Amino acid sequence: MKLSELNKGDRAVIKKIDTSEDLKIRLASFGVVRGSELSVEAYSLGKQTIEINVEGTLIGLRADEAKEIEVKKL
Amino acid sequence: MDTIKIVLAGQPNVGKSMLINAMSGSNGLKVGNFSGVTVEKTELCFEHHCHIFEMIDLPGTYSISGFSKEEKVAHNYLLNEKYDVIINVLDSTHLKRNLLLTLELLKLNKKMVLALNMADEAKKEGIEIDIKQLEKIIGVPVVLVSANTKEGVEELLEKVHEVADSQERIKSNILYSDAMEKEILTIERFLNQKGFKLRDLSNREVAIRVLFEDEELYTQLHDKPIMMELQPILLKSLQHLYTHHETKDIREIKANEYNAIVRGIHLETVKCQRNRGKKDLTKKIDEVLINKYLGIPIFLFLMWGLFQLTFTLGAIPMDWIDKVIGAFGNWVGSNISNNFIRNIIVDGVISGVGAVLLFLPNIIMLYIGIALLETTGYMSRVAFLLDGFFHKFGLHGKSFIPLVTGFGCSVPAYMAARTLKSEKDRLITLFIIGFMSCGARLPIYVLFTGAFFGADRAGNILFLIYISGAMLGLVMAKILRVVIFKGKDEPFVMEMPKYRFPSFTLIWHTVYNNAKSYVKKAGTFILGASVLIWILATYPNQPLLEKSYQAKIEKSSKDKAKKLENELKMKKLEQSYLGKIGKATEPLFKPLGFDWKMTVSLEAGLAAKEVVVSTLGVLYAIGDNVDENSNALAHELKRNISFASAMSFIVFVMIYLPCLAASMVFAKEAGGYKYLVYLFIFTTVTAWIFSFITYRILI
Ligand SMILES: Nc1nc2c(ncn2[C@@H]2O[C@H](COP(=O)(O)OP(=O)(O)OP(=O)(O)O)[C@@H](O)[C@H]2O)c(=O)[nH]1
Ligand SMILES: [Mg+2]
Repeated sequence: MKLSELNKGDRAVIKKIDTSEDLKIRLASFGVVRGSELSVEAYSLGKQTIEINVEGTLIGLRADEAKEIEVKKL
Repeated sequence: MDTIKIVLAGQPNVGKSMLINAMSGSNGLKVGNFSGVTVEKTELCFEHHCHIFEMIDLPGTYSISGFSKEEKVAHNYLLNEKYDVIINVLDSTHLKRNLLLTLELLKLNKKMVLALNMADEAKKEGIEIDIKQLEKIIGVPVVLVSANTKEGVEELLEKVHEVADSQERIKSNILYSDAMEKEILTIERFLNQKGFKLRDLSNREVAIRVLFEDEELYTQLHDKPIMMELQPILLKSLQHLYTHHETKDIREIKANEYNAIVRGIHLETVKCQRNRGKKDLTKKIDEVLINKYLGIPIFLFLMWGLFQLTFTLGAIPMDWIDKVIGAFGNWVGSNISNNFIRNIIVDGVISGVGAVLLFLPNIIMLYIGIALLETTGYMSRVAFLLDGFFHKFGLHGKSFIPLVTGFGCSVPAYMAARTLKSEKDRLITLFIIGFMSCGARLPIYVLFTGAFFGADRAGNILFLIYISGAMLGLVMAKILRVVIFKGKDEPFVMEMPKYRFPSFTLIWHTVYNNAKSYVKKAGTFILGASVLIWILATYPNQPLLEKSYQAKIEKSSKDKAKKLENELKMKKLEQSYLGKIGKATEPLFKPLGFDWKMTVSLEAGLAAKEVVVSTLGVLYAIGDNVDENSNALAHELKRNISFASAMSFIVFVMIYLPCLAASMVFAKEAGGYKYLVYLFIFTTVTAWIFSFITYRILI
């Protein structure tokens, strides 16, 4: 399923990141790569942005980007 | 004395700037709790053990392969400049992620020290790091420090000496994934068999770089005969890696490998006793502050509160300052007998500078608010909350940071826009930063709202002014996006720092530095401008006019004489150089309801926004016909200006071009003076139209 489909509080593991080159590198430098575990901390109104926690780092993402991240719910 | 040139590199928000402050014992560098505080390289020198330490603070960078403009500043420096030692600063509580950059920095083959900062927080969170083991793996000295409590800072300084003097490096023991190690070994063995040697690189290092398709290495290798035989081996190895990582993108493979390495290092060196405490606190605060429904209302409430306090708390010491300035003026006036000198000091310097100094308390309140926003970690949250909203207006969530900085001063705000990666986002943001009223415009608003609304409503009006300025900025952004800067959207990914309770000293220094520069500006630039304005408003002499009035005054009764004297003053003012300038340009602003004095003040305000107030101060001091009493200027304004004109004036001030200094920075950041011309036209036309509308509605 997609990262954007998770609910608040869900935990998941990343299966695939299908974004542009630059963004992939940027995410990797946050520790967001295939196999990393994350939890969804918060959504802003209308699910426009998502806050995720990846191994202690809190990251804000736009829903458009979250759609491009394939995850498996834990 | 020898100089050691030390450059600080690290990911954003790990405390590089604060560490330099701690090492040098100064407070010169700006510190804040969000990514992208430092956007330009900054130098600072101090002495240690008979050496000069030349410290270079770089913007934080997540990885060495560039992303946004301020990160490029860091890369360019690290790759192209000469320096002696790198201090790689890491956040001990996020070691894993921070080590990713360390791995890249190691490739630079420079002398390096690892400073594991935030030792105090790590301790609180129960994180224990095996320094010796980490040193062994990475192959560079590691020091645990805290820029906050200053522990380990001295040790770090010693280590820098050691490393600067040392000649050789310890070997690192970094292990890649099994799959990668296998390929490295194959190639390394081949290179060894051929007796290959390149520069100071080990064959293992060459193997790694070849596998990761390091461009520099390829250019050096490609005309070497060994390439022929190496190629097939390399192709096979790469094929293995592709299948193992399920991708053919070598950059992604590299990222995966690096992540695997740091995970390994983390396992070997970090013990986490209890993973609770501070992290939970951040989570709890986030439950409220970025709550789906409450988040934005809370933010608006906090901003409203700030402007209320700015007005009400700021007003308390204002009366005292006003009295002191008034008394000082009288005292100076009665002690100088020379007419010319007395007038230039009392009506020029004291009225002008005094009018600006009067608002110091408001400025301080505003800066306290901004400092809190910057140092607690709330800033990034608001960017997160507003991204969806901003996005609709064609802006990026990250634009929030330069925009908020703009409430303080436009100059750092223009620079802060560098954190935006997309050039179009950046330009749009640059164009609308001016709509966020800077601190220097605050005195004008406080003066006018105080005069025209009374104390109980002024705070609300102040808030309204700032909010409507910001909203107007958003609308303009949308227009710019649709009409001029069309283009695809930039992704929003942003680190949310943990909440930190800012220390009193941190807030104090931020506010103190800003207050100091405000006062300094009042004492130098504004003083000069006030004298200039006074001279322009007093000369040329008009002996004919004076004579004719003198004759009339002598003949008339006492009451009538007083009236005539005032009339003379006004006439003289109108025929001064300044009066002529004002009168000449008055027609342009007549439809907005401005008289020539307001016109001239606005024009003078192009130099600096404080000058608007000081000019009004001087103009009304020269022409004044009542005795000095408290808030004289506000009274004068209310007597002379209609409500509609005053509101239209506020609107104009809200929108028109920022000061000269900011305009120059704008031109530089936007990439040319032609942009400044655009900005001038854009802001002036907008300001004129909106003021016109305001005036017509209210009149
Ligand atoms: N508790 C604690 N906080 C620290 C320490 N060092 C820095 N901080 C805080 O960390 C935040 C970031 O500090 P900065 O010095 O601005 O970080 P930077 O690395 O220069 O950040 P950029 O300029 O954005 O790259 C600030 O809120 C500091 O107060 C430390 O040793 N302990
Ligand atoms: Mg910094």
